[in-house]
Amino acid sequence: MRAVAETYLDAASTTPLHPWARAALLEALDGFGDPSRLYGRGRRARMLLDRSREQLAAAVGAAPEELVLTSGGTEAANLAVTGLARAARRRRHLVVSAVEHTSVLAPARALAGQGFEVTEVGVDTTGRVDPEELAVAVRDDTLLVCLQHANHEVGTIQPVREAAALAHERGALLLVDACQTIGRLPVDMAELGADLLVASGHKAYGPPGTGFLVVSGRARLRPVMVGDERERRRRAGMENLPGVAAMAAAVTARVAEAPGEQDRMAALAGRLLAGLAEIPEVIVHGDPAWRLPHLVAFSVLYIEGEALLLLLDGQGIAVHSGSSCTADTQEPSHVLAAMGAITHGSVRVSFLHDATEADVDRLLEVLPAAVVDLREMTDLDTQAVERAAEGREGR
Amino acid sequence: MTAAATTVDCLGLACPIPVVRLARAVAAVEVGGLVELLADDPGARVDIPVWCRLKDQQLVAQDDRPEGGWVFQVRRSH
Repeated sequence: MRAVAETYLDAASTTPLHPWARAALLEALDGFGDPSRLYGRGRRARMLLDRSREQLAAAVGAAPEELVLTSGGTEAANLAVTGLARAARRRRHLVVSAVEHTSVLAPARALAGQGFEVTEVGVDTTGRVDPEELAVAVRDDTLLVCLQHANHEVGTIQPVREAAALAHERGALLLVDACQTIGRLPVDMAELGADLLVASGHKAYGPPGTGFLVVSGRARLRPVMVGDERERRRRAGMENLPGVAAMAAAVTARVAEAPGEQDRMAALAGRLLAGLAEIPEVIVHGDPAWRLPHLVAFSVLYIEGEALLLLLDGQGIAVHSGSSCTADTQEPSHVLAAMGAITHGSVRVSFLHDATEADVDRLLEVLPAAVVDLREMTDLDTQAVERAAEGREGR
Repeated sequence: MTAAATTVDCLGLACPIPVVRLARAVAAVEVGGLVELLADDPGARVDIPVWCRLKDQQLVAQDDRPEGGWVFQVRRSH
């Protein structure tokens, strides 16, 4: 069996279970019961479900009845976009930022073939949406504006409040994807001006297979999953009660803990950025000010991101690479492309709550030599390609 | 229009090789010289213009090839 990576620097992909979440999960697994049944076991399950829903609602400044529990952020985003469109009458236009997660972009693009018009709003080189461009895109028949709280690849925080004001001026709704910020930054429906909010459990120290959508009273939604009356007829299917209880415990814990971590996260990011500045031809992505404190994204020119990822993995360091150069059918990162940023050699480092200077230093110990090695390999590959080309021309 | 001084054929090659070969070819021509790059990797469509901007080299043209992919013309500006 392969050893688990010792230095896990991919918190933006998924996080370990919070101890509170683990305790809640185990307790709920043993106390099985269907919350829709009226006998004692069912009522106890219903009480746990209600309590969990109240905790989650409180964490984001929503009313408990506004929450729809889902299998994750992806389902929540699909339900929001598709469900709103199904209930829409007059309004047949959507606005999405070009750097939204694909779980927002894909259902929006699917609607483009079903009588809806979709406008994609671009970003600047830091990955931030320009509110003026957004203002031009929103129309009187706009149903929904989708803008993430912070970007999943480069960590840029978006002007969500401005987007809310622009959407509401025209009577449109704002969907905020908060998967990268819940349990890290304050996420509050009123503060953001959000009408709908998408959250994921497993990026906030809850279990995978959990998430939720907040649907404020202003939004009318038709379900995507149908078959019963659960979740106020907005999402059919037996509730994942152990997962929900664990997600609620995790999110509650993280909302309390995260504020105390910000300075340390910023210091770790600063340490990493200082180290990266020493490596030639490394380009840091994102906005220097409007950024997630725990996430640093960069591109190493002239190397393949996945090759670097694998080399680091061999040293027990886990990072994410956004570039997918190995498979020729795969497109470059739509986020980096929209930013006009270099897409090859891209690396995303994101810190867990307990990351230390030693973690950053381990990466910085290995990275410069890895970059030199990979650039030499790229050079050899290139020379081989060129020799082969000369050979063909010579014939 | 003057003919391209150097043509670099990166058809069928994935990133970062088109960028690496462009960088080498631009370094090899005189200032003011032109490099023509053929590429069909989707990453190249994004990365070649971005590289030119980052390195302050002039992207003179970027055209679709009828056979697929793109042809880029880059003039060495310094």
